[in-house]
Amino acid sequence: MPSTNPLAGLFGKSPFTALQAHMRVVLECAHEVTGLFDALVAGDNEEVIAAKDRIFEKEAEADKIKNQMRGALPKSLFMPVDRRDLLELLQMQDSIADTAQDVAGMLVERRMVIPEFMREPMLALVSRCVEACDQSASIIEELDELLATGFRGREATQVEDMVEKLNLIEDDTDELGIALARALFEHEDELNPVSVMMWYQLIEWVGDLADYAEKVGDRLRLLIAR
Amino acid sequence: MEILQTHGFLLMAMAIVFGLYMTWGIGANDVANAMGTSVGSGAITVKQAIVIAAIFEFSGAFIAGGNVTRTIRKGIIDPSSIVNNPEILVFGMLAALLAAAIWLMVASSKGWPVSTTHTIVGAVIGFAFVGIGSDAVEWGKVIQIAASWVVSPVLGGAIAFILMLSIRRLILDTENPFQSAKNWGPAYVFLVGFTISLVTLFKGLKHLHVELTVGMSFIVALFFGLIMAGVGWLLINRVKIDTEADRDYHFASVEKVFTPMMIFTACAMAFAHGSNDVANGIAPMAAVVSIVRSGGEVAQSSALPLWILVLGGTGIVVGLSTMGYRVMKTIGSGITELTPSRGYCATLAAAATVVLASRTGLPVSTTHIAVGAVIGVGLARGVGAIDLRVIGGIFVSWMVTLPAGAILAAIFFFTLKGMFT
Repeated sequence: MPSTNPLAGLFGKSPFTALQAHMRVVLECAHEVTGLFDALVAGDNEEVIAAKDRIFEKEAEADKIKNQMRGALPKSLFMPVDRRDLLELLQMQDSIADTAQDVAGMLVERRMVIPEFMREPMLALVSRCVEACDQSASIIEELDELLATGFRGREATQVEDMVEKLNLIEDDTDELGIALARALFEHEDELNPVSVMMWYQLIEWVGDLADYAEKVGDRLRLLIAR
Repeated sequence: MEILQTHGFLLMAMAIVFGLYMTWGIGANDVANAMGTSVGSGAITVKQAIVIAAIFEFSGAFIAGGNVTRTIRKGIIDPSSIVNNPEILVFGMLAALLAAAIWLMVASSKGWPVSTTHTIVGAVIGFAFVGIGSDAVEWGKVIQIAASWVVSPVLGGAIAFILMLSIRRLILDTENPFQSAKNWGPAYVFLVGFTISLVTLFKGLKHLHVELTVGMSFIVALFFGLIMAGVGWLLINRVKIDTEADRDYHFASVEKVFTPMMIFTACAMAFAHGSNDVANGIAPMAAVVSIVRSGGEVAQSSALPLWILVLGGTGIVVGLSTMGYRVMKTIGSGITELTPSRGYCATLAAAATVVLASRTGLPVSTTHIAVGAVIGVGLARGVGAIDLRVIGGIFVSWMVTLPAGAILAAIFFFTLKGMFT
């Protein structure tokens, strides 16, 4: 005898669980970028392609979760935070994975080789950017605690501190990116002009990983402020 | 009058059979709604829920079911309109029982949400209005009841909201949430025992011939509250902090403290549900029995015979033990988002509201109050996502159930009248 209990239909799927699941996959994707550049510096072409494949896989996985979450947010859902804020947060998270995909795709399709003078600075930039992604992922993990405390009080202050720290990391990546671009400018004439343009693009994209990570933190600040 | 003498026994038997069928249905379906929040939050298993429900539904029905029973039995129909034809009341109540029982069967098999309270009240109003006349209905009382259907979920929501805020302030938002939970937990358990017993015992229980003054009620309630708090304290002390789980979710150990507390709210909810919904089955039965036994006296002052309450309580217990298990299993999966601390707020708020309604003799829908309480927790930003379309569904069910009950009751009333006259 089927009995429809209104209580069973009352609870929608929590968007916070979905957001956290999405961020975990995005972080895995970002971590692959470290491996990608390590292989590039070592000149290991096969490993570069393998890393690119993994990145593409993770990005597709993230997209799947994103689409599922978008599908499960009807307008009738009442949540502790604004629906639009949640969707924008999701978009920022997803942009991290998309950017990683762009970077990997470009490196492989153009069969790019990293010039000697760029190796150390680039590895430093990638490492700091991935740290930014790590920090932003830790912040997202705090979402269920924030929910428990109603997005205020002790927990909210703690998260705000984490966002501060994230901002500092992103500032670092800005400086590292500028230094790298400056070095590239010094050596412009030694390289193929098209490659130079593409390397400027890559520096920007890698920096974007940290930018989007910072944007995730900023969006979360908005959720707390309400 | 002669009808009562010749067919009295048959009519009584029919009333008892249909009444028992109603209470069986209440046990099988409604109890799952009442215990749903407790099972869904993982605090108790389905088997434990059945045992708790069996004990406390019966207690609620027996101890506190008298007032609502009185309302449905005598409060809705003006006795002066039938004083010359008491058999009309008998036919009418039987018709109401039949209508409600049939509607229960139909809606359950189709999977529609059914409120036994709304059905019975609609049915009683239906046969009175159609069978006797609009003067026969005590419209003042009807308006009171209708108002309670709107006010009670809101009240449940408000209480849940306040409880949620208090838990946040006192426990979650502190230096050491786990320790705060252990310190304040017994106080919250005390709240459960105190509120339920105070509301139930306030100024005594007429049908059990228990006389209490206001002061005595407070003292007895205090006593019950303290006992429950003591047991709660023992159970809470056994909860150990789980550092592994806390790393994943800082409040995992706090939720562990709330888990034994939900057992008390589950008991309270079962008690409350029994107190309010037993009347849906036995009130019409009691009306028929009292008229037939008294030989046609529509005595407004006759007390409710205790064996009828016992019968009602037993029907509920049998219903939930036979069908309840299956029904409760299907609910648990849909309510996984409700953690013990939230479930505690929602269930206590709902139980308190229902018991208050039972005390004032107003028949309310336990399910709708539970929904209101959960929404109250959600408004306090305690739940991830609540689908508000359920509220729309509730309005629709009001529109459908009341007329359905009334029309069916009217049809059966005329059928019975035709059969016996």
